[in-house]
Amino acid sequence: MAPFAGYDMPISYPTGSVEEHNICRRSVGLFDIDHMGQVEVSGPGADAFVSGLVSAPVLDMADNDARYSLLLSEEGTVLDDLFIYRLPGKWWIVVNASNRHADVAWMKSRAPASGVAIDDLSDAVYMIAVQGPNACRLMDLASGGKVSPMTRFTSAELALALGGRSVKALVGRTGYTGEDGVELFFPAEDAHAVWQGLLDLAAAHGIEAGPIGLGARDSLRFEAGMPLHGHEISPSINPVEAGFKWACDFSKDFVGKAAVEAVAASGPARKLVGLEVTGGVPREGYVVLGPDGKETGACVAGMFCPSVGKYAANAFVRPEHAKAGTVLKVLIRDKEKDAVVVKRPLYVPVYRRQA
Amino acid sequence: MKLDANARYRKSHEWVRKDGAQYVVGISDHAQESLGDIVFVELPAVGKAFKQGDAFAVVESVKAASDVYLPMSGKIVAVNDALEGAPDLINREPYSGGWLVKFEASNPAEWDGLLEPSAYEAEASKE
Repeated sequence: MAPFAGYDMPISYPTGSVEEHNICRRSVGLFDIDHMGQVEVSGPGADAFVSGLVSAPVLDMADNDARYSLLLSEEGTVLDDLFIYRLPGKWWIVVNASNRHADVAWMKSRAPASGVAIDDLSDAVYMIAVQGPNACRLMDLASGGKVSPMTRFTSAELALALGGRSVKALVGRTGYTGEDGVELFFPAEDAHAVWQGLLDLAAAHGIEAGPIGLGARDSLRFEAGMPLHGHEISPSINPVEAGFKWACDFSKDFVGKAAVEAVAASGPARKLVGLEVTGGVPREGYVVLGPDGKETGACVAGMFCPSVGKYAANAFVRPEHAKAGTVLKVLIRDKEKDAVVVKRPLYVPVYRRQA
Repeated sequence: MKLDANARYRKSHEWVRKDGAQYVVGISDHAQESLGDIVFVELPAVGKAFKQGDAFAVVESVKAASDVYLPMSGKIVAVNDALEGAPDLINREPYSGGWLVKFEASNPAEWDGLLEPSAYEAEASKE
């Protein structure tokens, strides 16, 4: 167990991180992610407020759509990344645990004097993710077949029959693993019924399912090319550097837009790349050397990637070293290890595998 | 925790066992369990000499990199190449398939100063 943003979180369950990773890729992983925060924004001014607050387009979203976005500072750096759900009459914004209080304070500081209500519902709401190739089948068993017909990046209010109860949950066809699946939001008092209920339901139907700790959560998201705030994105990183221009809608106004446009116009001073490393495990903070032997950047995350069987890092390097195939070095315990720039993601998320 | 009755131990969680005229070294079951899944092992070159307590290898788990210390002074005569493709051997078989190196002792008397299994178990359970 490890302390994380005020929560006591398991790095791994007795299963072990690598096997937990593999269970999620193979069948179903359950993620106890109550630490994530949920903020509801409502009121007559909510649409305009949310649109101006976040980088992604939101006004084109239909009710129940879900979308990834960034929350930027005026300087155009990444305060947090968000999943935004447009629900009938309100916005449901999922924030990172460690940024929750700062995000809410930031939202309130930007809100107009009237017409917008911002409510931090994190303590009353529990969040569990169910991810993997059999996740929707399992959720169909709990919901009377209502999850498989949902399209990705939409949500629905469903009654889940779990643990002998009917639990009313907001079900998002979203996730952070590269697998198909859902994220569930429901009253905190139903947490045990949902968690144990899902495990029991899976066992009863011969579906392999297991709990996933923070270690495997990190390797699953890393392989799938998803950022972790504080690593690939942070308050000192611009979305252009991290390759998140796609999450910015320059046809609207949003906080930080001018700063992001300026970086996009002049070109970023560094770029996020994926590195495959031989002869050691790259980790956060390790220095990256360019072909000239001089420091070109540093790793922001790195690990063993179970699904591709490789050691890999994400690193910020000078733009001239960012092209796929560029041969670099990573300093691991003062020894230079071979590293090559590779295309991200290492593991193509299931829903991106189009013909 | 599992122990090898024929091995001696260090507080830093290495075990060493007599292997004919040589010695074989690994990390304890308690150590592998605390580290979690081992994903990489860096082993020394054969022929390299170390003093007792020198860091001679690095074991990397999902969580972190950890130095491994040679329980006795000696010269490396063999390394476990199987760990390159299967570092998780250390998790699965810490006292057999997961051995790290074999060495020739330059001061065999150091053996007597190492912890017997029961003494090591008492030390490790304090953690």
